[in-house]
Amino acid sequence: MRWRAFHDRVRAVREPRWFSPVLLTASCIPALVAIAGMASDILAHTRYFGSDPVKEGEHFLGEWTLRFLALTLCVTPLRQLLGWNWLAKHRRTLGLFAFATLTFHWLTYALLDVQLDWGDLLKDLMKRPYIMIGMAALVLMLALALTSTRDSIRRLGGRRWNQLHALIYVICVLGVIHFWMAVKKDISDPVMYAAIFTALFAYRVWRWRVRRSGGHVA
Amino acid sequence: MLIRRAADLRSSEITPESRYIDRREFLVAAGAAGVVAAFGPAGHAPAAQEPQATGKPYGLQKDDKPTPWDDVTGHNNFYEFGSGKGDPKDNAQAFRTRPWTVTVDGLVNKPAQYQLEDFITPSTLEDRIYRHRCVEAWSMVIPWRGFPLADVLRRADPASKARYVTFTTLYDPKQMPGQRTSMLPWPYVEGLRLDEAMHPLTLMTVGVYGRTLPNQNGAPLRLVVPWKYGFKGIKSIVRIQLTDSQPRNTWNISAPSEYGFYSNVNPEVDHPRWSQASERRIGEFLRRKTLMFNGYADQVASLYAGMDLRTNY
Repeated sequence: MRWRAFHDRVRAVREPRWFSPVLLTASCIPALVAIAGMASDILAHTRYFGSDPVKEGEHFLGEWTLRFLALTLCVTPLRQLLGWNWLAKHRRTLGLFAFATLTFHWLTYALLDVQLDWGDLLKDLMKRPYIMIGMAALVLMLALALTSTRDSIRRLGGRRWNQLHALIYVICVLGVIHFWMAVKKDISDPVMYAAIFTALFAYRVWRWRVRRSGGHVA
Repeated sequence: MLIRRAADLRSSEITPESRYIDRREFLVAAGAAGVVAAFGPAGHAPAAQEPQATGKPYGLQKDDKPTPWDDVTGHNNFYEFGSGKGDPKDNAQAFRTRPWTVTVDGLVNKPAQYQLEDFITPSTLEDRIYRHRCVEAWSMVIPWRGFPLADVLRRADPASKARYVTFTTLYDPKQMPGQRTSMLPWPYVEGLRLDEAMHPLTLMTVGVYGRTLPNQNGAPLRLVVPWKYGFKGIKSIVRIQLTDSQPRNTWNISAPSEYGFYSNVNPEVDHPRWSQASERRIGEFLRRKTLMFNGYADQVASLYAGMDLRTNY
């Protein structure tokens, strides 16, 4: 019975007033750190991002895209397990920050790394699978970002909108593969993200199977 | 030559003896004091003094400026000490480079095991400023200090059957944390064709910026072959062996479709996953076009006359 009481107490927790502003502010930090760090290193010859700041910054923004994607996928499980329905509205925020971070990652690649050599960019895209996979993820994320508004949900209808936004799972897989193929040799970080996303997917598969067999889930 | 008097050194700059070299090794090294003194302090630069690049420029263009010391000694691929660019500097500080034995054997008429000082002493050290191009498409300009590998090979007197030179790095997982992983098949092995090894540009390197080679740069002895990708520049060498068959170098064993034996810098032959047409010069923002043989085509192109450099990547 003590567990029941604890469980009910947790479910009753309401959204703290500071939650929204803190989430918003904190989410801006990775991109700001990346931009400030790269700018300082390139213009003032500091070494916040080491000796190759464009590569490091590109990598930093790519990893934070994966982290925001993982956080986005944590919202529903937390909401379902803890009964914190107020979390639901923050899923979109996190998803859009994932998109924004991805945009900065791509801009770093296009502007600072390849330096707008469209010939090189096109060649990279056509000949290099990991770039193709990254671009595919970017295009899919753009589609989700453009249809993230309440207006879109209304126009597409709830079912269609949910089907479209299930593409987030595809984006996560493409992102991990892109990372895996971009690393020279040490795949320990891509493997870690693969494990995290596998766990987040496994939760959803479990819930789907329980519901399908008529079981009760909170 | 950079010799600093004791009074010039702050106590914080002096590497603790226990970490650098133990007492008996110190005495042995001190016995070869003339050679040791020529190297200068053990590669630790105080923030106040940016080391000056001295030496003869080799194959440099007008806009090739020496890469700053902090980048040369802080941005390294030396997976024995970790796969991050800053890992070798962080993890190699306690690496013991004395005493150090170099074995020269295989198809030679005068095989021998040398203590490091005896290996170096017969040669005249030169300061040479070379371009350095990593296979990852970044590059530096580095003032190395060393002597031609040809000196070593002539002393060993290669047998007539000898065709290749194979190099091996120290295998010591206790000191080298990366060797406890299976990231690469240890110990690290590299090789050159005999004519590449005898080429005047090929350098046995013991110093950089006029100082003893820092541990993260491959102390106490590394190879520099400026017209090839940097992974050919094997570090912390303990064995040089002459053979009649082409050796399998470590990166070729690890990823044969991506890394070959010759590994000549070639903007026309891409890595399967990225282009080799341009490079990022560390410290510069705009990318540079990669040069054939890293700018040493005049000196080395003849070695590969008639060879298909796409199949012999």
